[in-house]
Amino acid sequence: MKSLISKSRVKSPWLIHFDCGSCNGCDIEVLACLTPVYDIERFGIINVGNPKHADILLVTGTVNHRNKKALKNIYDQMPEPKVVVAIGACGTSGGVFRDAYNVVGGVDKVIPVDAYVSGCAPKPESIIDGVVIALGKLAEKGKKVDQGIFERLEKTQTAIMAR
Amino acid sequence: MTRTVLPFGPQHPVLPEPLHLTLTIEDEIVKEAIPKLGYVHRGLEKLAEIRDHTQMIQIVERVCGICSTLHAMCYCQGIEALMNVEVPSRAKYLRVVWAEMHRIHSHLLWLGLFADAFGFESLFMQFWRIRERIMDLQEATSGNRVIVSVNVVGGVKRDINKETEKWILETLDKVAREVNQLKTTILDDFTVKQRTVGIGILSKEKAYELGAAGPTLRASGIAQDMRQTGYAAYPELDFSPVIETNGDSYARTVCRFNEIFQAIDLIRQAFAKMPEGELAVKPKGLPKGEVVSRVEQPRGEVLYYLKADGTKFLDRLRIRTPTFANIPPLLDMLPGCDLADVPILILTIDPCISCTER
Repeated sequence: MKSLISKSRVKSPWLIHFDCGSCNGCDIEVLACLTPVYDIERFGIINVGNPKHADILLVTGTVNHRNKKALKNIYDQMPEPKVVVAIGACGTSGGVFRDAYNVVGGVDKVIPVDAYVSGCAPKPESIIDGVVIALGKLAEKGKKVDQGIFERLEKTQTAIMAR
Repeated sequence: MTRTVLPFGPQHPVLPEPLHLTLTIEDEIVKEAIPKLGYVHRGLEKLAEIRDHTQMIQIVERVCGICSTLHAMCYCQGIEALMNVEVPSRAKYLRVVWAEMHRIHSHLLWLGLFADAFGFESLFMQFWRIRERIMDLQEATSGNRVIVSVNVVGGVKRDINKETEKWILETLDKVAREVNQLKTTILDDFTVKQRTVGIGILSKEKAYELGAAGPTLRASGIAQDMRQTGYAAYPELDFSPVIETNGDSYARTVCRFNEIFQAIDLIRQAFAKMPEGELAVKPKGLPKGEVVSRVEQPRGEVLYYLKADGTKFLDRLRIRTPTFANIPPLLDMLPGCDLADVPILILTIDPCISCTER
């Protein structure tokens, strides 16, 4: 059972995409990954709208003072284990907008980032590559979360039965 | 009847971009809609003070990834007017080619997203499959799939040779054929008509009064297209604005659908008439004075106001984008519609939030 969970988590990750002040260039490339030419759905990857269902958070664009709370909120709502992929030059460092007054900087100023995808805008191939790198980290994080899961479950069950 | 206040967005499955609407609903009918903007604001106009006027081309291209080359084209035309630069004729035609390529890709993108908004996912996939052909053309001719960086002050920096031209024309024939095959599916389908015909009507008077732009305006029967003002090589090309008269969601869909064919035709004409010659002239001196430059984007009219005082930095850069003009018509359409139609109505103005908020 445990191995099934950890295996399927990496084999069929669900991802959520958040536009965080991007110019749309990266967003349409993320969407293009889903469409017939690249078709990441054949690998079991599904784009979901609810952070509570997601394993991977894709963030495009720079963080600004208004949406940093929304970004943090979405990150906090995701269940463990979770990984974050920062997409594009803006997501990694702020890109051409780094000197603008309303820009905080890269995504890593607000939440921890596991993989960076460079390019402006990155090609769908490199976005897929970034997600694959993040999947390796997801597997590692998953092991930590799964450690002692059945013992913990048993403890809870006995506690409930004793009540 | 009690009123309920419902937040819509900023993170919403139907919107790729953050837009927030506070909807006041009464028994599933929208009574009032109040927008809240600013989630994508970066403060881009202010960057003109620390980046010089040639570096700003790279920044205005990133106002919006979907119409990048049109922003750069509008900006460059403004600077050229300030510096009295006459652009070579070949560069003007090449600008038209890239601009129309962008229009096709943007409209195909929109048709796909629109199909997805009412749950027609296979149609979404079909439109995006066709769109990849245009993306290949953009990558082959400019080096980047999305941000097509070809404009410089005084012309363009890349050329299209005869071999590529032939390939582009062949690909466009394929695109035209494939889009035509989908015509019955998007325009004659029962489901699509049920969701769009007669919904979100914007009358001709209202569209004029509220200052709508682009296909939103043309679908209400007003034949206004900035390309008629005759920038780049458009005065030498033969075209007339695509108009529809009903002003509902269906009319806006038909309008955008037909503009794809218009854009393909314009590229063919541009290649047929394109003269040989140099690509760019080297501008001399620094920009001085003020100018308003206007270009027709896929979403409507974009306006650049440039003020320069003879130094290499601009004094003021003001951008007014088509979505900004289309938000008042949207707020006029929303009251009285079903809650379920709200995502579709928002999509029919083809919102580009990163343009609007910059």
